[in-house]
Amino acid sequence: MAKVEPRNEMPRQDPKVRIRNFDEVALGYSHEQAIAEASRCLQCKKPTCIAGCPVQVRIPEFILCLSEGDMWGAVDALKDKNNLPAICGRVCPQETQCEETCVLRKKYEPVAIGRLERYVADWEMGQGVKTPPRAASTGKSVAVIGAGPAGLTCAGDLAKMGHAVTLFESLHAPGGVLMYGIPEFRLPKSVVHAEVEYVQSLGAELRFNSVIGKLHTVDELLDNEYDAVFLGTGAGLPRWMKIPGENFNAVYSANEFLTRTNLMRAYLFPDWDTPVMIRPRVAVVGAGNVAMDSARSALRLGADEVHIVYRRARDQAPARLEELENAEEEGIIFHWLTNPVEILGTERGWVTGMRLQKQELGEPDSSGRPRPVPIPGSEYEMDVDMVVVAIGTRPNPMVFTDQPDLVRTRSGTVVANEDTGRTKKPRVWAGGDIVTGAATVISAMGAGKRSAADIDAYLKDSDQPWWVELELDQQS
Amino acid sequence: MYRITAKEDLTPVTRLLKIEAPEVARKAQPGQFVIVRANKRGERVPLTIADFDRESGQITLVFQEVGKTTKLLGTMQVGDELASFTGPLGRPTEIEEYGTVLCVGGGVGIAPLYPIARALKAAGNTVISIIAARTENLLFWQDKMREVSHEFTDGALQGLIVCTDDGTCGIKALAPEPIKEILASGRRVDVAWAIGPAIMMKFCALATEPFGVKTIVSLNSIMVDGTGMCGACRVEVGGETRFVCVDGPEFDAHQVDWDLLLERQRFYLDQEKQALELFEKQHAGHCGEGE
Repeated sequence: MAKVEPRNEMPRQDPKVRIRNFDEVALGYSHEQAIAEASRCLQCKKPTCIAGCPVQVRIPEFILCLSEGDMWGAVDALKDKNNLPAICGRVCPQETQCEETCVLRKKYEPVAIGRLERYVADWEMGQGVKTPPRAASTGKSVAVIGAGPAGLTCAGDLAKMGHAVTLFESLHAPGGVLMYGIPEFRLPKSVVHAEVEYVQSLGAELRFNSVIGKLHTVDELLDNEYDAVFLGTGAGLPRWMKIPGENFNAVYSANEFLTRTNLMRAYLFPDWDTPVMIRPRVAVVGAGNVAMDSARSALRLGADEVHIVYRRARDQAPARLEELENAEEEGIIFHWLTNPVEILGTERGWVTGMRLQKQELGEPDSSGRPRPVPIPGSEYEMDVDMVVVAIGTRPNPMVFTDQPDLVRTRSGTVVANEDTGRTKKPRVWAGGDIVTGAATVISAMGAGKRSAADIDAYLKDSDQPWWVELELDQQS
Repeated sequence: MYRITAKEDLTPVTRLLKIEAPEVARKAQPGQFVIVRANKRGERVPLTIADFDRESGQITLVFQEVGKTTKLLGTMQVGDELASFTGPLGRPTEIEEYGTVLCVGGGVGIAPLYPIARALKAAGNTVISIIAARTENLLFWQDKMREVSHEFTDGALQGLIVCTDDGTCGIKALAPEPIKEILASGRRVDVAWAIGPAIMMKFCALATEPFGVKTIVSLNSIMVDGTGMCGACRVEVGGETRFVCVDGPEFDAHQVDWDLLLERQRFYLDQEKQALELFEKQHAGHCGEGE
């Protein structure tokens, strides 16, 4: 193997500066850095990176174009498989996907595929995004529920194929978790808006403030106007610890804390109307991306100290490695192998602390990670005056109102074929967190893409059987 | 979208707005609410639906000016548009033929009570109504409430029962007093509704409890999305955590942890004060030029 240059670091805001602002932390490569990083790619004859990508982006091809200075070629190769590269370049856990399967990783550091993806996508945005040609109208119409990663991807692909697409969004802004969940400092909202405008430019119509299950049911959509319905409503309901004190004042779900801060711009209060509480000592429970986002937001909102409490060890933390490192750099205090058993409060019900219990790692559980086992007698108290619960989310059942034939699992996710997105209810597809439970942006996009392809096939030939019994056996 | 088609001042601090929202009006039921954003930078506030007209596609909202957002909404005029309007949210009131029902509205709570009382009457119930306010000029919709209420006569209590804290209109009493009087007289009441400020609902619940009369309240907690996403609105009912937005807003009054609700409503008092002061400074000199 030829000499391989070290991986190019991406410039970032200084931690001391960035904990006082909501501007993007990672600043992106310069042109020279991008070219240098692109030239590290070996252009493998049998690339292994593509299989690591949930939407199979033609990675070596876009990197080759980039290294040769053919920027539009790079854009086309990238966007052929991924409608939303500026987002994926920022929020994908590349270290467990494309970069994990990069050949270089065996001996060196992998090619920084995510950073290159971001560079190419940002370059395109600077040029003014060009809209690809659309297929002739098919005369078919599809309702896509939820304008998050799965819905936007599905809608974009269907519109490209010539179907009339209406995207129903329950909030007043598009993007789903990209808008309400992921903070400005990790994913600037201007990037989300640009990607949404791209999907609209393909012909998808966006309808805000439309809560399906309340304003219209799925059956009404199927009966009145639409040939097919795609459910991409995500996993929007917060999970709670179900411990005493969880309803005290200053106990937030991460969903609420982040929605106030991001979607409602509470960090600009009182210029924007929505407030968010911040108190000096904040504890965040959980160690996923949402927990990191909550902790780092609390710091930026003015908390004196921010703690992360997690029942497993650092190695098991589900957060993207870069965000975990960013949080550590910013001075978040981590309490690994620690689990809250009670939230303490004043007589009037305002948080004053948490009772915590130390854990040790036991046998692997259903997630394959070592199970946290409480250590008897290890309980202690920690003074905090605000708690953010970030231990996961589950699907919102609202979209299932009056739809008993949309079969669900015990955890509340909808049963759907993994390859096609078909649910048990004819003409209804589903993809993303509503099927898998909380997962990643890119896996939701992948599911949106697969459903779009199957919807297109079905709309062209609806005589095929809806649900093959063999698949049913595999599902149950 | 979401154009204001009519505006009325029901009291010096209570405003009525009719909003053009045909899809919402087609689905709205008594007891449900909408989430409103006045402008681009506005917060999302829940407002109970005071009336709906499926034909003309309009929703009636009634609110009292208490904080920045309600004052801002109060400055909006016919022809203006709301930035967003989401609904109908929450579970509708369970309208059935119960027999005799008691409908109690306090202050601005009279507005959401009205379509419920109307539907209960239409379902064949005998509707006894009490409307209450601090003082006469905070009362409204006496005529509308009288229309949907049973001609009630029981000693001193006649027709629609009106009471004010200061006795400037109707009897001088707080809402729980006529409730106790009616129930103590031995009159059969099958179900009661009480809608108004949390503290008023709490005391109405305490008034009906000894008589074993099932009592429904419509809780007004803090919300953001209104679809179950954030949990800001969580309350404890019968020892269980419930979300007002999706599990309510109506709950069994005798199961509600009122002190928790009251304290959670106070969570943003400092910020609410700050926002209001800023708003009033920005609007200084514009006050009183409402029309």
